[in-house]
Amino acid sequence: MSSIGTGYDLSVTTFSPDGRVFQIEYAAKAVDNSGTVIGIKCKDGIVMGVEKLIASKMMLSGSNRRIHSVHRHSGMAVAGLAADGRQIVARAKSEATNYQSVYGEPIPVKELAERVASYVHLCTLYWWLRPFGCGIILGGYDRDGPQLYMVEPSGISSRYFGAAIGKGKQAAKTEIEKLKLSEMTCREGVIEVAKIIYKVHDEAKDKAFELEMSWVCDESKQQHQKVPDDLLEEAKAAARTALEEMDAD
Amino acid sequence: MDLNMNVNAPHSMGTTIIGVTYNGGVVLGADSRTSTGMYVANRASDKITQLTDNVYVCRSGSAADSQIVSDYVRYFLHQHTIQVGQPATVKVAANLIRLLSYSNKNMLQTGLIVGGWDKYEGGKIYGIPLGGTLIEQPFAIGGSGSSYLYGFLDQAWKEGMTKDEAERLVVKAVSLAIARDGASGGVVRTVIINSEGVTRNFYPGDKLQLWHDELEPQNSLLDILNAPPSPEPMNI
Repeated sequence: MSSIGTGYDLSVTTFSPDGRVFQIEYAAKAVDNSGTVIGIKCKDGIVMGVEKLIASKMMLSGSNRRIHSVHRHSGMAVAGLAADGRQIVARAKSEATNYQSVYGEPIPVKELAERVASYVHLCTLYWWLRPFGCGIILGGYDRDGPQLYMVEPSGISSRYFGAAIGKGKQAAKTEIEKLKLSEMTCREGVIEVAKIIYKVHDEAKDKAFELEMSWVCDESKQQHQKVPDDLLEEAKAAARTALEEMDAD
Repeated sequence: MDLNMNVNAPHSMGTTIIGVTYNGGVVLGADSRTSTGMYVANRASDKITQLTDNVYVCRSGSAADSQIVSDYVRYFLHQHTIQVGQPATVKVAANLIRLLSYSNKNMLQTGLIVGGWDKYEGGKIYGIPLGGTLIEQPFAIGGSGSSYLYGFLDQAWKEGMTKDEAERLVVKAVSLAIARDGASGGVVRTVIINSEGVTRNFYPGDKLQLWHDELEPQNSLLDILNAPPSPEPMNI
């Protein structure tokens, strides 16, 4: 499916004859090569999960966080180049605190998503900047309820009730579509997200991975936080069992 | 009388302003006197200014300062409404006013009361006195005339009033302040804001209830002079 844009792909400020900007498409490929990241919107909140591929056995478990809190009520899961992701998270945090200072209330999730998307897009407009090689899944809970957004390297942001980016995104999307999200609570959602990530993880290509999950829901008092350890263990156990059942078939 | 009156002196609004919440919205009220020293520069001014469709502000203190602050905040709120895609909340309006008041506290002399209705919090009143504090209150009073109203409102304001009770309370309060404060006078203007919208009311000063020691209005000599001619007494 990929076409080589020979000659038209050297700069992000060059269009190809068929109207594409290849540098942005290549940035999206960087995202596609990273570990899977999923987000779902349940009836009482958002759950996000990351398949963290472990580069070295000597890395401390729990380090290299891929999900970050942007403000008390919202968080971001990043796929793609981790360093680029850190920059975007920093910018989002800054936008959120600035909005709170000026307007006196927490930044609405929609507004936050627009500002992040606008910043990502900004870096696709100048030849002396390269596009961010990250996809972002942004989940938050404001006065209009829980909302889930995805921002692509091109700067497009859309609102979703289920989103997936990274290596296993096709398989993950299929699995998410099977879920009845509007009837699910976040507690149930956490188990489902764990199952999906375990399922789409490719044992052959990538060795070890660590599951990182966060939620923002009524149970967490509309604050974005890591999924509590006991629930996380329960989810991992359920996911492993589901895998074994599948393998047993 | 002061014959060397400077009519170009800075206009100050002696003022009585008040905002109260009721069950379903808010009622804002104000007098209408703008004074320049002892001269009344405007006896029918409108001190309740619109910021957005659903948020109004009562202005007191320096007329110029309060107008410029309202103008800036109206402008910011307009942009904010476009960006967020829905009406601004009362809290946001009050916060913007507070930021301007506090940052420029050395140059400004204006006390403001922000009141309005939004779909998240319902009717809300925020007082922003001279230094730039922001305080959310069930009712707020301001201006020189407010000194005479503290005790009155502490006793008379009740939670869960109806719209009419609240408006009557506001008119009574402003009227009492006008009776005692030389820098407040004219008419009483009220603005009622709730989920259905905004209603402006006007109560002429001479139609207000008379308080202790207040005299009945006298017919002015002009009325007698301008009266239609009576029949000739004698026909000589």
